[in-house]
Amino acid sequence: MTVESVLYILGVVVVASPTILLSSLGLPLLMGLHLSEATQSKLTKGAVVAGFLASVCILGVMLVSGLRHVPIEFGNWVSLSQEHFHFHLKFVFDRLSVPFVILTFVLCGTVGAFASVYLHRDRGYRRFFLLYALFLLGMVVSSLAGTIETLFFGWELVGLSSALLVAYFHERPAPVRNGLRVWATYRIADAAFLIAALAMHHLTGAGDFDGLMGSGPWPYGEAAIGSTSALVVGLLLLLAAAGKSGMVPFSGWIPRAMEGPTPSSAVFYGALSVHLGVFLLLRVSPLLDVSIPLRIAVVMLGITSAVFGAIASRAQCDVKNALAFASLTQVGIITVEIGLGLRYVALIHMIGHACLRTLQLLRAPSVLKDYRMLENAVGMHLSGDTVDKSVSISPSRIWLYRFAMERGFLDALLNRWIAHPFTSLFRFCDSMEKRWTDLLSGGDSHGADRLAPYGDSLEDVE
Amino acid sequence: MSEFHLPWLSLAMAMPLFGAIAVSVMRSRDRAWKVSVATCGVTLLFACGEWADFALLHSFQAHDRWDLFRLFNLNEKFVVDELSAPLLPLGALLYFATVLTTLRTKINRFSFALTLFSEAVLLATLACREPWIIILLLIVGVIPPWIELRKRRQSTRVYVFHMSLFVGLLVVGQCLVGPEASVTDPPVLAGCLLTAGALIRSGIFPLHCWMSDLFDKATFGTALLFVTPMAGAYAIIRLVFPIAPSWALQSIAILSLVTAVYAAGMALVQKESRRFFCYVFLSHSSLILVGLEMATPIGLTGALCVWLSVGISQLGFGLALRSVEARTGRLSLDGFHGLYEHTPFLANMFLLTGLASIGFPGTIGFIGTELLVEGAVDVYPMIGFAVVMATALNGIAVVKAYFHVFTGTRHVATASLVCRPSERVTILIMVVLIIGGGVYPQPGVISRYHAATSLIKLRGAESVTPHQEQNLGSEK
Repeated sequence: MTVESVLYILGVVVVASPTILLSSLGLPLLMGLHLSEATQSKLTKGAVVAGFLASVCILGVMLVSGLRHVPIEFGNWVSLSQEHFHFHLKFVFDRLSVPFVILTFVLCGTVGAFASVYLHRDRGYRRFFLLYALFLLGMVVSSLAGTIETLFFGWELVGLSSALLVAYFHERPAPVRNGLRVWATYRIADAAFLIAALAMHHLTGAGDFDGLMGSGPWPYGEAAIGSTSALVVGLLLLLAAAGKSGMVPFSGWIPRAMEGPTPSSAVFYGALSVHLGVFLLLRVSPLLDVSIPLRIAVVMLGITSAVFGAIASRAQCDVKNALAFASLTQVGIITVEIGLGLRYVALIHMIGHACLRTLQLLRAPSVLKDYRMLENAVGMHLSGDTVDKSVSISPSRIWLYRFAMERGFLDALLNRWIAHPFTSLFRFCDSMEKRWTDLLSGGDSHGADRLAPYGDSLEDVE
Repeated sequence: MSEFHLPWLSLAMAMPLFGAIAVSVMRSRDRAWKVSVATCGVTLLFACGEWADFALLHSFQAHDRWDLFRLFNLNEKFVVDELSAPLLPLGALLYFATVLTTLRTKINRFSFALTLFSEAVLLATLACREPWIIILLLIVGVIPPWIELRKRRQSTRVYVFHMSLFVGLLVVGQCLVGPEASVTDPPVLAGCLLTAGALIRSGIFPLHCWMSDLFDKATFGTALLFVTPMAGAYAIIRLVFPIAPSWALQSIAILSLVTAVYAAGMALVQKESRRFFCYVFLSHSSLILVGLEMATPIGLTGALCVWLSVGISQLGFGLALRSVEARTGRLSLDGFHGLYEHTPFLANMFLLTGLASIGFPGTIGFIGTELLVEGAVDVYPMIGFAVVMATALNGIAVVKAYFHVFTGTRHVATASLVCRPSERVTILIMVVLIIGGGVYPQPGVISRYHAATSLIKLRGAESVTPHQEQNLGSEK
């Protein structure tokens, strides 16, 4: 058996394990069959361990054989050769994707084990693990994607599962509203990503990263497009990354995402999901070498996000939100590192931060409980909650505190300048349409507006 | 011309006609429902038989061997080709699924006889290639919803105004089309009138209000069955596409695009579930028109793929909403209803079909949407970007509606709201089609590509390269 065939088999296992997990959890749900918690937990454990071991083996083989770029071809998913349209399924194991996919399996495995206890007998146990499988598949596909379309595929799966997990406690309106907010932000990021992918296709004739970033292994590829094109595509990808990683001005979704259960908050928003945007920037980092303005834009966005995250995290009054903004600070710094061309530093920083943040978020609920137990045992507050009234606070500090407390007013600004004008315009159109149909009907044309659900009668319109 | 091994077309059209006659004399509504389900099921089998037979023939077009039409010298008029071969089973599936999921709470108000009659008319339309007969069938097709509106004592003025305009424009336009009309010698005025008529039937902005009015006033099933087969798009393909020059079609595409974006925006602000569905559907059907009007092989292939995927997914989406409504009455999207725990099956179907319609990865619409956007960008880059924006807005609207209907609160029900076996069967069929088409899209895409290149050949073949023709011929 050759090294190539071993790598191919291992690569298939890495991609197939989350796919099989998703199928084995999803199909019984659709058929109306109920798997027990233990079965779901075992399936999850098996899939994550198989994927993890296979990816570690790939790393071992790569280190032993000296290979730095291992493409695994699955052929064309769809092909119209006459039109030169191919949807190529290709996964790449290199110095960027292998650490990230191993990180994905480690953190998802940890959180899966934690969640099987944390959510024991919870009504949404099955739903959680189904969405977890969807997320895992999305992360694995995104990490290993060898073409921009494949990356988009995984990117969308991560987005959907994240939004639905934010709304996990769906019997309350607040998580649902937050889930919708996350989804709306992601859709804007997805649209930017798709437009960038189309632009790349047109500029290079293919969605393959090799064609786009040159043939050298990451991070030594050279972008095959001009500086102006790189700037346009790069800015679109920067917008997509900013949405996905919750950078300024989209940072509002990160604290909102903490509405989900602790395990999902830990792995999705504190560790993995929030890094997917910067992972994208790392993947297309050769573009930055071509365009200095793009590089400046990346650095500026990173600095802004880092400073904003640092300010906002200091005023948050609950631990999850404080950790969320602390994550943002680190993501901002990682972005600056990418902008400065320190790619390995950024990759190591990302892995270290993801592990640390997962530990913090998983530990946060129990550490508070332990702290209270200790206080109860001692019989007094350990921190000594005293306020020194003699210290005068300047108006600028009060303003800064308010700015941090209100998370930079960014959500309010986005609502006021983007969401509100948009919805107002269409509500106006809706009212105009009503007038028009009223005129044609010669009376009230929107009879259904008066009908209330759950009435005694199931008849809709009489 | 190739002939089928069995008279699939005649049987598929005759079956619902006989069913309609039988049902119209039945007094028991329960029995009428059962007969309708059986009729639609058998019709679906015949339509599927037609598709399978056509695929086995490896032909560009085929007609019935022992058809009834020969008696009236119509056998050359009712022909199945690459375009219509899968549309017939899709149309039959729409009717079968709708009738099957009609619950007892609705059978007293849903007209099975008119529905079966409409099915026969639709299948005849989709199998027809003769312009005047298509126009006649399209005119007949608008009558059943009008009868229902009258029976329900609803105002028909909005519907009648738009449908009269649609009929008038089609008839005048077709009268002006000369026998020598072609892409190289286009009858511009006739083309404009025909296009305007077909676009009104498709619900083009600003003449789309009849669609929301119909959803407001007719039963959900009737409205769903009137719009989801996308007869307007079929009229454009058969009546306008062969005679309109590319520049004209691509200009019209901009109108369709405006409708797609506008309807997506309107879907986001709707507070009533049926009108929300109407705008989501309108946005998607307009996106199909955008692709059809690109008149390039890739854009057209994308549009034809999306036609099938939107047909299936929007049907499932509409049926999920209809099933929820059958249990609760009309739903407002202003507040939350929290129905997930009572109807998880319907909730999952709602989300899956909604996501499939926006071309979510892994579902049947994904590749079609990619092709559509790719084709649109080839012609006008800005159009491609606007298509992306429309799908993004639709995605937000779909998930918003899902959250409002199924989550946000805890609903206390006094009666069981669980899925009936008939609904469960329909859901599973939809899931198989949506996921199956998403996981293994190649055959569907190739079939639609053949249909696209055949259509372009009809236009004078200037868009099809000799290489493509050669490939097409060899694959046949």
